Amino acid sequence: MGIVSPGFSGRARSERADLPPGQYLTKDFPVLSAGPTPRVRTEDWEFTITTETEQVHRWDWAAFRALPTEQPTVDLHCVTRWSKLETTWEGVSLDTLLTDVETAADYAFVHSYGGYTTNLPLEDLLDGKAWVAFSYDGEDLPAEHGGPARLLVPHLYLWKSAKWVRGITLSNSDEPGFWESLGYHNYGDPWREQRYWGD
Amino acid sequence: MASWHVATVVELRDETPTARSLVLEIPGWRGHQAGQHVDVRLTAPDGYQAVRSYSIASVPAGERVELTVEVAPDGEVSPYLAQVASVGDKFEVRGPVGGWFVWRPQQTEPVQLVAGGSGVVPLMAMVRRHVASANGAPLRMLYSARRPEAVIYHDELSRTAAGELTYAYTRVAPPGWPRPAGRIDAGLLAEAAFPPELAPTCYVCGPTGFVETIADLLVRAEHDPSRIRTERFGPSGGSR
Repeated sequence: MGIVSPGFSGRARSERADLPPGQYLTKDFPVLSAGPTPRVRTEDWEFTITTETEQVHRWDWAAFRALPTEQPTVDLHCVTRWSKLETTWEGVSLDTLLTDVETAADYAFVHSYGGYTTNLPLEDLLDGKAWVAFSYDGEDLPAEHGGPARLLVPHLYLWKSAKWVRGITLSNSDEPGFWESLGYHNYGDPWREQRYWGD
Repeated sequence: MASWHVATVVELRDETPTARSLVLEIPGWRGHQAGQHVDVRLTAPDGYQAVRSYSIASVPAGERVELTVEVAPDGEVSPYLAQVASVGDKFEVRGPVGGWFVWRPQQTEPVQLVAGGSGVVPLMAMVRRHVASANGAPLRMLYSARRPEAVIYHDELSRTAAGELTYAYTRVAPPGWPRPAGRIDAGLLAEAAFPPELAPTCYVCGPTGFVETIADLLVRAEHDPSRIRTERFGPSGGSR
């Protein structure tokens, strides 16, 4: 127990098994990003997966939207401490996008329109754990939340779910992304409260 | 970075009816950059803890760190900091956090600051650092506030940044103010901010809607998106 502040009482205690340590519930959907919101038209959009042997797999919007989709309902956990439970999305599973991709790589480096990047182990994108999502709550994904399409990796802090996703480069070496270079944890597991370097 | 420090409140200063500055003494503090924030952890007598982030308002000065906290409607931590805490009280802090929304004295390009409400706090740290470092690069601030009484740091800004400062009042403007109350628009931005040809680095901080609007206006005015840095205050009490 830390230093007690006698004048502080806090909100009603709500111990919830579905809330990671240090998080509080929110009903709205805050926006956090490091710069202006890129406006990408679906006519101009493309998504690529590049392997460690520099094989490039490419989808334009029509090809992407022709892929089978899933409708995950997931909990979101932002490193700024809000969590939003049972959000509904529609997107293409990374398992689907990686079906014809031959790779032995261990790491994924994600890049976005606007220049944002993030990194994670490739296995965190597999087995039904990650999607490229284009719809939120039954509507087209708004630009401020990453539309036309964003990565959705809900088991990690939300900065890993790159908005305005443009491509994934697979590699045998791990390279830190934008926030990972600026003091935030390289992996970002909310259940182990991996917020910052050294956590 | 990973460890919590004990902070003692050594001075309090009311800034507006709803915002207060707290000067903290933090043994072991190793300094910070202008624009960074800290996590504040409060512990209730029954052990319950809550953590929120607050921007640092002060320049690096030994083990002293100053925060300015505005009471958030329905906030959990901000009412304690802005209204309850007294000199001598202690709580925990961790940081500094954030390496992107920062201004460093080595920067030589013009600096354009755009503040919405209490989003002025990290920008004030930049103004203070700019003054203290005698940095020769030009700096301007465009500060949107609801009404004159809501302006934080009014006197200090008048002293240190008067010629480079433009206020935009969104609800109530002072008598005789040249512009009707209203939000910052493309016209005011063109008038008050450095033009894109001077390639300023733009720092925009405020509530989400404000930051979205200003960043869009800057991009449409042909500022380079990579030179626009934003920091947003979530609507849900995540008071950074």
